[in-house]
Amino acid sequence: MKTKILLAAATAGVMFAGSVLASTLDDVRARGKLNCIINTGLAGFAAPDDKGKWTGFDVDFCRAVAAATLGDADKVNYTTATGKTRFTKLAAGEGEILSRNTTWTFSRDVDLSQTFVGVSYYDGQGFMVPKALGVKSAKGLDGASVCIQTGTTTELNLAEFFAGNGMKYNPVPIETNAEAQELYKAGRCDVYTTDASGLYATMSSFDKPGDHMVLPEIVSKEPLGPVVRHGDDQWADIVAWTLRAMMAGEELNITSSNVKSLAAKDNKNKEINRLLGKDPLQGLSKLGLSADWAVQVISQVGNYEEVFEKNLGMSTPLKIARGANQLYKDGGLFYIPPIK
Amino acid sequence: MTFVNNLWRNEKSREIIIQLLVLLSIGWFLSWLVANVDANFKALGKDISFEFLFIPAGYDINQYLIDYNNRDSHLRAGIVGLLNTGLVAFFGIILATVLGISVGIIRLSKNWLASKIAYWYVEFTRNVPILLQILLWHGIIINTLPHPKKAINIADVTFLSNRGFYIPKPLTENGIEFVYLFFIIAIIFSILFYKYCKKKQDLTGAQYPVFWINLSVIISLPLFAFFISGMPISLEIPALKGFNFRGGMHMSPELAALTFALGIYTAAFIAEIVRAGILAVDKGQREAAESIGLKPSKVMNLVILPQARRVIIPPLTSQYLNLTKNSSLAIAIGYMDLVATLGGISLNQTGREMETMVIVMLIYLSVSLSISALMNWYNNKAKLVGR
Repeated sequence: MKTKILLAAATAGVMFAGSVLASTLDDVRARGKLNCIINTGLAGFAAPDDKGKWTGFDVDFCRAVAAATLGDADKVNYTTATGKTRFTKLAAGEGEILSRNTTWTFSRDVDLSQTFVGVSYYDGQGFMVPKALGVKSAKGLDGASVCIQTGTTTELNLAEFFAGNGMKYNPVPIETNAEAQELYKAGRCDVYTTDASGLYATMSSFDKPGDHMVLPEIVSKEPLGPVVRHGDDQWADIVAWTLRAMMAGEELNITSSNVKSLAAKDNKNKEINRLLGKDPLQGLSKLGLSADWAVQVISQVGNYEEVFEKNLGMSTPLKIARGANQLYKDGGLFYIPPIK
Repeated sequence: MTFVNNLWRNEKSREIIIQLLVLLSIGWFLSWLVANVDANFKALGKDISFEFLFIPAGYDINQYLIDYNNRDSHLRAGIVGLLNTGLVAFFGIILATVLGISVGIIRLSKNWLASKIAYWYVEFTRNVPILLQILLWHGIIINTLPHPKKAINIADVTFLSNRGFYIPKPLTENGIEFVYLFFIIAIIFSILFYKYCKKKQDLTGAQYPVFWINLSVIISLPLFAFFISGMPISLEIPALKGFNFRGGMHMSPELAALTFALGIYTAAFIAEIVRAGILAVDKGQREAAESIGLKPSKVMNLVILPQARRVIIPPLTSQYLNLTKNSSLAIAIGYMDLVATLGGISLNQTGREMETMVIVMLIYLSVSLSISALMNWYNNKAKLVGR
C-alpha cells in the first residue's frame, strides 16, 4: 500500500509542473515586474554602471515598456543572454521581451516563431582593425585572422563577403563580446567583426581607442529591434507602439522635460493630444493600457532622440552619429504610422 | 485479497512486482517527458525536423580534416566538428597517458625532490577547474608568443607565433610507393624477429636487444629506399605572406591550448590511478623480483606494471571518457569542435536547438560507449586468467 501512495504522490507532483496560459500583459501585471532579456554586456546598449544598475539603449527600451504597462520604468527584472541562448530563453518564457540588438531576418521571424515588432536601430556589420596594421579597406583583408562573436548572423555575412571578393580568412569564433575583445587585443586576430554599433561600443572601452579604426565597408543590413513570442498579438502591439511612441515623441518635439506640461494643456496639434491621452485614442483599451501610457514612457525614459543621445550619441564615449537612425524628415529611416 | 497478499508476502514475486513497478514508472516518466516536449513545441508553433542538416551551413570552419567549405551542409559541418573533437581527444589521451604514468611512478620515487614535485603537480592541476586551465594555456600562448611578423624562427622552417605553430609539410612525389613497400617489409621483419627471439628466449634464456634492433630496421630500411629512389619527399615550408603564414602544417593556438590543458589536467588523475595500481601490488612481488637480480627498470616493466595494470585499467577508462567529454569546453576559446559547429553555429543559424542538442548528445554517447567498449576489451585481455 505504501508503494501505491508514494507513486500517487509522485504522479501528482509531476502533473503539477504543467503550464498555464494567460495573456502576457496579465502575467506582467500580476507579477508587477517586466522580465526583459538583454545582452551580457555591450557598452551603450546594455552594461551595468558603477552602481551595478543596468543602463543602455536596449535597457531603456525595457524600461519604456515597463513604464507603459506598469507605470513605473524601474519595475524590470533583467535576464542576460548570449547570442546563442537568447531565442531559447525567449521561447522558454524567461522574459516577455528580447531587447538585445537582435537582427531581424526572415528565418528568425518565420521559422523560429518569433515576432519582430519593429526596428529600433539600423546597423550593419563592419570590421575593426588596429591602425598599425595599415589596412584602409576591408578588401585588403585577404588571409587575415578574424575574430567573430558567434551566435549571430555575423558568420554568414563574413563567409559571403570573403567568398564574394575571392579572399581567404581564418575565422576564430568566440562566444561573448568580452572574450572576443581580449583575443583581439592580444593580437590573436587581425580583425574583429560584428555590427558596427558593437565595434564602436567595444572600441570605446579600450585604453587607447584612437589606435583602432572601423573600416569604411559595411557588409550587411542589420535591422535591430525588440522581439516577442509569437501568438500574443496584444503584447506585440504594446511593444511595437511603445517604440513608435518614443519616435513620435521626437517627431512631435515631446521630451521628458516638457511632456507633463504638454499633457496638461490642449495642444493645437491633435496628434500630441491623442498620444498623451488628452483626446481619446480609439482602441487603446484593447491594448489594456491606461490613457497616460505614452506620458509615462516619455517622462520616465525619454523620446527616441533623448535615449539615443544619452546612450550612444556624440556626448558618450561611443560617439555614434544618428545616420540612418533618425526620422525620415531628417534624412533617416524612421517613418512611423500616424497615431490616430 | 488473500491472493494479492500472498503475492506480496512471497519474496520472489514481491521482487518481481517491485521491479515491474519501478520499470513502469520510469517508462511512464520518460513518455510524459517526450509528450510534454511535444506539447510545448506545438504550443510554440515549432515542429521537430531534421531537414536543416542537409541545407548549406554557410559558415566557415578554421580547421578541417576533411574537405569543407561554407557551401557544404550542416551535417558535414557537424562531421568536421566531430573529427576536430576526435583529434584533440586523441592528442590529449596520448599526452595524458604518457605524462600520467611517468608522474605516477615518479610520485613513488625515493628521491624526495622528484616525488614532492610530482605531488605538487598532481595537487595543483587536479584541484583547479579545467575551464580555467584551458583559458590559462590559451592566454599564455596568445599573449607570450609574438605576432606572426616577429615569429620565433627555428632554422627558417619552423615558426612559433600567437597564431599557432607552423612546421614543414611533407609532400610525396613519384617513387614514394617504394618507400612505403620497404616500410611494410621492415614491419613484417620486426614481427617475425620478435617472435623468433621470444621463442629462443623461452628455449635457451638468451636475450637480444629486440627493441633496438627492430627500431633501427624500421627506420633504416625506408630511409635506404628513400635515398635510392631519388628522395621522393619534398617539404612545403611555411612562409609569411600577408597577415599570416601560409603553407606547411599548422597547429592553431586553440588546438595546442586544449591539448595541453586536457592532457595535463587528466594526467594528474591518471598519475594517482597509476600510483594506486602500483601500491596495490604486494610488496613481496617487488622484493622477489629484486632478489633474483632484475634491474629496477625490469622490475617495474616486467613484474609490477603488468600486475598493476589490472587495477589501473577500469578507472583509466573513465579518465579517457572524461577527457573526451571535457573537450567540449573547446568552445570557450574558439576551437571548432562538435559543440561549436553543430551544437553552436548550426544551432544558431537554424534555431533547431532540440534537434541539434539531441544529435550532439547521441554522438557523445556513442563515442564514449566506443571508448568504453575498447577499454573493456583490453581489460578482459589484461585481467587475471584463472587456470
